[in-house]
Amino acid sequence: MEYFVQQLINGLTLGSIYGLIAIGYTMVYGIIGMINFAHGDIYMIGAFLSVITFLVLGTIGFTFIPLALIIMLLISVVLTAAYGWTVERIAYRPLRGSFRLAPLISAIGMSIFLQNYVQLLQGARNKPLQPIISGGVVLMEKDGLTAYMSYLQMVIIVLTIVLMAAFSYLIAKTSLGRAQRACEQDRKMASLLGVNVDRTISLTFVIGAALAAVAGLMVTLYYGVIDFFIGFLAGIKAFTAAVLGGIGSITGAMLGGVLIGLIEAFWSAYFSVEYKDLAAFSVLVLVLIFRPTGLLGKPEIEKV
Amino acid sequence: MLSLTGIHTFYGHVEALRGVDLQVEPGRIVTLIGANGAGKSTLLMTICGSPAARRGRILLEGEDITRLPTFEIMRRGLAHAPEGRRIFPRMSVLENLQMGAITTDASHFNADLERVFALFPILQKRQSQRGGTLSGGEQQMLAIGRALMSRPRLLLLDEPSLGLAPLVVKQIFDVIREINEQQKVTVFLVEQNAYHALRLAHHGYVMVNGKITLSGTGRELLANAEVRSAYLEGGH
Ligand SMILES: Nc1ncnc2c1ncn2[C@@H]1O[C@H](COP(=O)(O)OP(=O)(O)OP(=O)(O)O)[C@@H](O)[C@H]1O
Ligand SMILES: [Mg+2]
Repeated sequence: MEYFVQQLINGLTLGSIYGLIAIGYTMVYGIIGMINFAHGDIYMIGAFLSVITFLVLGTIGFTFIPLALIIMLLISVVLTAAYGWTVERIAYRPLRGSFRLAPLISAIGMSIFLQNYVQLLQGARNKPLQPIISGGVVLMEKDGLTAYMSYLQMVIIVLTIVLMAAFSYLIAKTSLGRAQRACEQDRKMASLLGVNVDRTISLTFVIGAALAAVAGLMVTLYYGVIDFFIGFLAGIKAFTAAVLGGIGSITGAMLGGVLIGLIEAFWSAYFSVEYKDLAAFSVLVLVLIFRPTGLLGKPEIEKV
Repeated sequence: MLSLTGIHTFYGHVEALRGVDLQVEPGRIVTLIGANGAGKSTLLMTICGSPAARRGRILLEGEDITRLPTFEIMRRGLAHAPEGRRIFPRMSVLENLQMGAITTDASHFNADLERVFALFPILQKRQSQRGGTLSGGEQQMLAIGRALMSRPRLLLLDEPSLGLAPLVVKQIFDVIREINEQQKVTVFLVEQNAYHALRLAHHGYVMVNGKITLSGTGRELLANAEVRSAYLEGGH
């Protein structure tokens, strides 16, 4: 039981991170119908920016941790959002209205470019980071087995819940959210109502990148080490989460993220840690074969 | 209000509008009639800049809007209820109406909503229903209501009577007259239903193959032999 609860906590933590990244995939797919393969690398950049910010704060002798974390979060979110915006602007927007595969190829190119760009600037070696938030509480203990939840895990899960609630509100109730959904359903009609479609699409990338930056910060704190390649695996897993939830569905992305996190945690715990990445990939293959529209996805026919 | 001179519009190499000149005077209802494929919808969409005219000039209240992007044009007191209605299918009726008001000041939203509900009481009942599940007539009412939510001075309507039962058609035409007379909205109406449209309109144009071939008051066109044989024969 303790072991099970422990995996549940680990899985929810991982799932939070995947879910935040998955939202970016699903939103972009919803609005322009493409898989943004560079999104995982945007998340990687978010992780690097938070490490760099932390190191810079350290060098100038800034050691008040709570404030340092907030500064890391803000800087990483703002700069990563700027990267997201730029990628859309230079790699996707010029291809709008061209053949369907063009932006996909451009996205793969962008992904490779971003990885090499970070490798060149930051070096190929791992970037370690000392633990910033330590400690935790023992939830259960029996026969030497414990279920332990670190403060960091609490921060990750709570912050994710807050962000997802805020984000759901944005999409459901604000005029930006409505404009976004309108562009998803009929871009031309949206423009006939005075919606600046290009700007709305840009904002979609900005929001997706900002959420990925938060995930990047979380992963940095959680694992304490990052490299320029982390975007690839996390990207595929988050993409799997988006597909599992139903690509285009935002609630689906959140749900899919949590499920992938749980599957990965339980798989590692009860089968094999070495092949933990296999779990997500198997899910991807199975979903694509048996339910390509995902759990909450809408069948294509409904697209008017 | 609106003035078009020498408008040419292309789809690829196909020339859909071949030099259109046309005026819409403020406060009027002006109608454009013509056979299928004449270019009527293209003309309305060209006014909205989508597709943009390749040659010619479009003035809206004296301002040249020919080269502006669509969303900029639509923020200048112009609204369009386009062909096919284009209701957002996965948004509620209320959200569709909110989309109509997306560029306007939120402070008069409630008053505008009341006005639209007064014109089309059924929309109030259907408020939280998804747009895609409305009947054809309800969708048309929603399309007009959504266009009105932006407080337009000029309203473009593309075949609002298409596919509707006679009773609903009458209701829609009554509303168009009311919008024009009471809310002082200028209306530019494209119709297949030439008889009703010409009776309603102050002025009419006839389009054939991307060109205006005739124009006159509604009464004149109704009496015109060419118009009668091409668009009014077979009863109404
Ligand atoms: N998106 C498009 N791409 C290519 N050709 C088009 C497009 N839209 C319209 N056309 C062509 O332009 C011409 C004018 O079409 P338009 O839709 O403006 O006619 P219409 O007068 O509105 O006809 P209807 O009464 O049937 O609605 C037609 O020959 C049509 O085939
Ligand atoms: Mg038409």
